Amino acid sequence: MQEHTPSEKILERVGALRWKAGHDFHDELVESLYTDAARIADRAVTRKGERGRFDMDRTIDRLVTSRWLGFPLMLLMLTVVFWLTIEGANYPSAMLATLLVDTVRPLLHSGATTIGLPWWLSGLLIDGIYLAMAWVISVMLPPMAIFFPLFTLLEDFGYLPRVAFNLDGLFRRAGAHGKQALTMAMGFGCNAAAIVSTRVIDSPRERLIAIITNNFALCNGRWPTQILVATIFIGGLAPAHLAGLVSAAAVVSVAVLGIVLTFVVSWALSRTVLKGEASAFSLELPPYRPPQILRTIYTSVIDRTLIVLWRAVVFAIPAGAVIWLASNIQVADLSLAEHFINFTGPFGAFVGLNGVILLAYVIAIPANEIVIPTILMLTVLTARLAGAGDGAGVMFEPDSLEANAEVLRAGGWTLLTAINLMLFSLVHNPCSTTIYTIYRETKSAKWTTVATLLPVVMGFVMCFVVAQVWRLFS
Amino acid sequence: MTTEETIPPKAAAGSACEACPAHHAANLIRLGVNMANWDFVVALAGNPNTGKTTVFNHLTGLRQHTGNWPGKTVVRAEGGFAYGGDRYKLVDLPGTYSLLSTSDDEEVARDFILFGSPDVTIVVVDATVLERNLNLVLQVLEITDRAIVCLNLMDEVQRRGMAVDERRLARDLGVPVVPTIARRNEGIPELLQAVADVAFGRVVCKPHRISSPPGLKAALGGLTDEVSAAFPGLPNARWVALRLLEGDPRIAEAVRSGEIADLGRHLSTRSAFATSSVAQEVGQ
Repeated sequence: MQEHTPSEKILERVGALRWKAGHDFHDELVESLYTDAARIADRAVTRKGERGRFDMDRTIDRLVTSRWLGFPLMLLMLTVVFWLTIEGANYPSAMLATLLVDTVRPLLHSGATTIGLPWWLSGLLIDGIYLAMAWVISVMLPPMAIFFPLFTLLEDFGYLPRVAFNLDGLFRRAGAHGKQALTMAMGFGCNAAAIVSTRVIDSPRERLIAIITNNFALCNGRWPTQILVATIFIGGLAPAHLAGLVSAAAVVSVAVLGIVLTFVVSWALSRTVLKGEASAFSLELPPYRPPQILRTIYTSVIDRTLIVLWRAVVFAIPAGAVIWLASNIQVADLSLAEHFINFTGPFGAFVGLNGVILLAYVIAIPANEIVIPTILMLTVLTARLAGAGDGAGVMFEPDSLEANAEVLRAGGWTLLTAINLMLFSLVHNPCSTTIYTIYRETKSAKWTTVATLLPVVMGFVMCFVVAQVWRLFS
Repeated sequence: MTTEETIPPKAAAGSACEACPAHHAANLIRLGVNMANWDFVVALAGNPNTGKTTVFNHLTGLRQHTGNWPGKTVVRAEGGFAYGGDRYKLVDLPGTYSLLSTSDDEEVARDFILFGSPDVTIVVVDATVLERNLNLVLQVLEITDRAIVCLNLMDEVQRRGMAVDERRLARDLGVPVVPTIARRNEGIPELLQAVADVAFGRVVCKPHRISSPPGLKAALGGLTDEVSAAFPGLPNARWVALRLLEGDPRIAEAVRSGEIADLGRHLSTRSAFATSSVAQEVGQ
């Protein structure tokens, strides 16, 4: 090939020119670029009365990004979203539970008896796999079908960049990149997707911080856990007409705690192992656009709700089988699940959780979505509640929330267990998909391990401290 | 101020092109993720949050999630559509403000426009902040001469009482400019027609090139000649020379390994193909 000589000649010449010229090519080029762009734009654009709508955007922006009102408005908006979700999800959840668990399940059982399935097979299929799916659907579908469209509407309206704007100063003081506010907001949907989105952060140091702390943004899979536990245990403390609002406030507190932890951990990382200055960037506040409500509802139901639900159902199938087998395979008079729960129980109690929760989190490593269904099933199956010979689910009555509450109280739950579960759900290892994504994005086993183990350790420490303080005062 | 004043081309184009069979939107067949046997590759570039993904969804029938915030698309999404009997592969690039620096998303966008050799590059711009968006347009025009500017968010322009003269803009930039309101599918048929015109070489662009910075003029001129002599057929020798002078390691590597030469070869074979297709069409 004769190309080699000309190529090398060119590169040599470039070297010489760059050496000789000495001045900054980049700046000169950018300067003439800007000059040309300004000239061309100036000739094409006429502004007769550039006002009107722009003013409205400015007014809204002045409010939502104001020093005093910005944060309260943000909290208020989040609370309203959760309040609508909690109030709205209650009734459809109960209906779905009645239908799937109380009506369909006995039918399946009698069907199984008719065709003469052996008890272990109908147990595995109906009390394991089917029940896990039924629980996932009734617990998760209604809140998701309300929460995701609401959140997507806020997103389409253009609110997220304003949140980023509000949080930018805090991130900078934490030594992290302001764009981390956007990746964090993305994490409220799905941590794995958010970790891919950290590619918008140029500096590897700041990107690592964003990746490691993204887990503190509550994801799709964890919202339902928060909402359900808050509704049952914390909303239950308040008078009925305030229950929804109180539960919403509890969920918002946990979400805000997650944001605070993001700052604290970012700050700690940037002062220790990931030292460095925060880099500057410009953030555009796009114009507010009226959300296309029907389209948004459609896409968020199809793209988010059903995909998340499908993922939960897919993971619930093997999980249901594992749960049923673990609860029914007896070794030395106790089931495998009971062995695990008894073995880890003291540690669980020590940190203000219990063995069932710990086992549920082991089973739910592939998908956080199935934590609550797993906890319910394990509690029913191992606490040998009324009619335990019949398997699980018999406790369900038309009001599913009350039924869930009964199951959990029967399993020895207290307010402390509930609070600690909410905390642990916020601060524990990412799901396996996210862990894999972290590895793919960082290509580092070390940082993947840090991102995985750091939150688990923090979660246990946090639950332990809360339990100690709680016990001190009660 | 009247509506017709602010967006005249749509009405005008609408009546003038009625007779043209390729005009009808019915000619668009959305192929979703089915991109087999494409005839042309089309890239979608643009600043963040200008509506690239909305255009992408309209053309492919896919439903990539769009969001009103910059940085939504960080990896490139691909989809297909057929128009006037030809199959197109559409690539949605991450939104960037420039192609000069070296962040991951800018590199994805630049590498694709340069080494992916798209047949047509659509630059989606936010017409309300034209000047800033033109920075990217001008950089794209340095790399490729088969580009179309999609002047999006024309409804916002109207709402703000501004007007953008897209003919003037087209003349200054030397490439087709199509005003659109992608959210409402307005201007998309015209955009498709422009894509087909450029893909088949029915419209030949004479893109604006950034004025040589005074301090660079002499060095740049000589180097450009040398680059085009070494790699004949290269459509963007001056841009390569600029990048080399700036010390871009990726481009230096492409020159060293001869990857740059493939670019020229690829383009010349493709224009031969396009010409033969046009000939076929005329033959029919």
